[in-house]
Amino acid sequence: MDEGRPALSAPRASREQHAALRGWRGALAAALPLAFFAVFFAYPVGSVIARGFDGRGRVHPGSVLGDSATWRIVWFTTWQAAVSTLLTLAAGLPAAWAVARNDFRGRALVRALVMVPFVMPTVVIGAALRTTFSRLGLDGGRVNLDQSIWAILIAHVIFNVAVVVRVVGGYWAVLDVRLEESARVLGATRRTVWREVTFPHLKPALWSAATIVFLFCFTSFGVILVVGGPRQATLETEIWRYATQRTDFATAAVLACVQLALVVTLVVASSRAERTAVQRFGLRQAPRARRPRTARDKACVAAIVGVTLAVLLIPLAVLVERSLSVGDGYGFAHYRALTHRDERGALFVPPLDAVRNSLVTAVEATGIALVIGGLASVAVVHGRRLIGRVLDAGLMVPLGTSAVTLGFGILIALDEPPLDLRTSPFIVPIAQAVVGVPFVMRAVVPMLRAVDERLREAAAVLGASPDRVRREIDLPIVRRALAAAAGFAFAVSLGEFGATAFLARPDRPTVPIAMYRLLGQPGASLRGQAMALGVVLTLITVMCVLLIERAQRGQRVGW
Amino acid sequence: MNRPSSRPRAIFFLVFVALVSMSLTACGDDADPQAAQCLSKPVATPIDANKVAATDTKGTEITLVTHDSFAVSDGVLAEFTKQTGITVKLLSSGDAGQMVSQAVLTAGNPVADVMFGIDNTLLCRGLLANLFTPYTSSALAEVPDSLELDPFHRVSPIDVGDVCLNYAKAAYATNAAPTSLDDLTTASFKDAFVTENPETSSPGLAFLLATVAKYGDPGFEAYWKKLRANGVEVASGWDQAYNESFGGGKGPRTVVTSYATSPAADLMFADPPVSAPTIGVVEDSCFRQIEFAGVLAGTKHPEAAAKLVDFLLSTAFQEDIPANMFVFPANSKASLPKEFASTVRLVDKPLTLDPTQIEAKRDDWTERWTKAVLR
Repeated sequence: MDEGRPALSAPRASREQHAALRGWRGALAAALPLAFFAVFFAYPVGSVIARGFDGRGRVHPGSVLGDSATWRIVWFTTWQAAVSTLLTLAAGLPAAWAVARNDFRGRALVRALVMVPFVMPTVVIGAALRTTFSRLGLDGGRVNLDQSIWAILIAHVIFNVAVVVRVVGGYWAVLDVRLEESARVLGATRRTVWREVTFPHLKPALWSAATIVFLFCFTSFGVILVVGGPRQATLETEIWRYATQRTDFATAAVLACVQLALVVTLVVASSRAERTAVQRFGLRQAPRARRPRTARDKACVAAIVGVTLAVLLIPLAVLVERSLSVGDGYGFAHYRALTHRDERGALFVPPLDAVRNSLVTAVEATGIALVIGGLASVAVVHGRRLIGRVLDAGLMVPLGTSAVTLGFGILIALDEPPLDLRTSPFIVPIAQAVVGVPFVMRAVVPMLRAVDERLREAAAVLGASPDRVRREIDLPIVRRALAAAAGFAFAVSLGEFGATAFLARPDRPTVPIAMYRLLGQPGASLRGQAMALGVVLTLITVMCVLLIERAQRGQRVGW
Repeated sequence: MNRPSSRPRAIFFLVFVALVSMSLTACGDDADPQAAQCLSKPVATPIDANKVAATDTKGTEITLVTHDSFAVSDGVLAEFTKQTGITVKLLSSGDAGQMVSQAVLTAGNPVADVMFGIDNTLLCRGLLANLFTPYTSSALAEVPDSLELDPFHRVSPIDVGDVCLNYAKAAYATNAAPTSLDDLTTASFKDAFVTENPETSSPGLAFLLATVAKYGDPGFEAYWKKLRANGVEVASGWDQAYNESFGGGKGPRTVVTSYATSPAADLMFADPPVSAPTIGVVEDSCFRQIEFAGVLAGTKHPEAAAKLVDFLLSTAFQEDIPANMFVFPANSKASLPKEFASTVRLVDKPLTLDPTQIEAKRDDWTERWTKAVLR
């Protein structure tokens, strides 16, 4: 299975070295994710694109591709996502190091707080940016950042920095610190250690995080329309506009194909890059992070954490301020109003009911995402090569697919028994799980790959069955990644709006839907209630992420 | 149950449609020739009103699909259930544009039985896709003829409202408030006006149509170029325009595209409460929006669906409309809540355009608007 190799090197891994998971177990691990992908993604999206090309459209597909405006939009969509990704990596790496390698009071809270923008409505981020720009005098005169590409980039960084902090940070935390220490002892400078040891080892996680961030920015919708203003258009906003506002399914289908082609190219490339970047390095089971020792380290950690939180929490401050602003002063009236429904108005239930709906949906969505994503990860790393590659790239594609393509696809594809799911209550958690699965996989796959083969061999030599190896070696290491992924899937589900809004039951709203409905009517008091509901959602998100991580930490096995 | 007035009106419409289609062909650009036929003869067999009355609908469950601004008070739909034994499941699917697009996509196998909220700007799109089964409700007798745009009753008018310019009264305590569309191009309203992008917002589209109705085609382009020179701000949606830039009457922009009823909403939900509206309406700027409901073709419960249309037209539902959706009931017998009666009204001479013309030219207009204002 594995050739002997020098003890201190960190050789490139190749898949074939693994004890492959074949036979019926392997088939089972692959079958469920494949079926999930086929039924809830490939079939609906295929159907809606086919519908666009059925010749009933007013527009000829070729004319869309021949239009230079289409390619301008493709170019803008791609470069703004690429630049957003680079900026997010740059902004997130210091914080990832701070929370991965340093123990300090409130570390768990910081890890949870970075998730807050995930559930923050775009409107609030937009308003926060606007307020900040005008305070700093950047909203007119010589420098105007309001409704500019800069505003989009900044908003993308705020939204996505959590991905870098948690995906890269999670991996960094289990990276064997002794490798770096040995290098230091042998006389390498900090810079050399980073370049020669740390960075190469982090590469798989960097690719994972970069892929997710890129796909999010590639398909971002609210940020482009609300923060970017009416002059900015991306493939995502154009697909929405043609499909929903113009009822022009032909143009929308062409654009959806272009989007799909770009996303598939990207995920195939990045999945290959991530796979070849893996170095087996003897993942440690969460070695204890150390308290920063030198004054310099302390200052570094404090500065990084301080700046990151300040930027992330400005929107939260705006949200809290607005939720407390009652009349000409401040008070809790908007919070009190959350417990009962106005006899008339935008909501059919007391606003707090939306919190319960959101939580139930999020639990269901997270459960589905963990099962599908967990099985898929095992199949990717240990299963047959072809199936593994298809799953590895395929399950990422939904993250880069427009909500309209998927939503409309479900409408026309899953419309007959036994799969008439259009108005089923299950469709919402399923749609959210489709977005949650990539998080689970991007957290688990790199870890599974990097588990030191020698550990498995040692266990096997000592007589452990392959199942027992998986249970005793792989699972404990992966558990941490699963917990991080569960936190993500949960937050994504709590904040998810696009897919949920497609066929919403207004009498069973989730929090984002309830906020949207409250904001959609004139009247300062409804607006205040929406903001108060946003604060409640934020608190719940932070608490849930903390709980999920604590549950995982309780499971830690000694090393 | 054909009402006596529908036949002459049908003929009038056919003549009108013919004229419009001729004029459009004359223009010869990318106008859609199909659009002109949207008000011609329907294909589906009408639902028989006598059969509806005779059908026992007890225990039926039907689905009402609406846009996401739909709202109704507690207990109103329960009243319908009490009368007919039918339970109503609500489904909302985005804004009106998205709702109609979804219905076009699923035509023949609809997600719901009745649709509420398709308006005159989208009407032809829905009719051309054969979304609805004709049904002539007896309650239409109480609805003014001017609201009934479809001579075959595939859809019934449920409510009517105006999209108008609003201004913050506080900002115009000393200098003159705007009174016309032309005012916005003058120096006193430099950097004062915020409106919505017609490509992404329904009031934004309505206001673009108002300018087309007022200045004609291509006159509207020149008007928008003047607005642009005068510093018009464009927001993606109503919320950003009204709540952020206009600040509900307290923001940096002092004129906004919103609804004729915004003063009433302001009065009902103001914080702190106010005794008189702080928002004014420019009556010469209003575009008329009529919202319709119709039985979706392909429903398995046509009779129950027809009963729901009857109910939507009844005073029980009609009197609940204003305070929930801030539009006026189509049924002339329905009375208005006091906040409405005292503060707002439908304007006497709204700007209007024919639905066939809107369907034929809308993409062309919004594209030219984008070039004139955003590029």
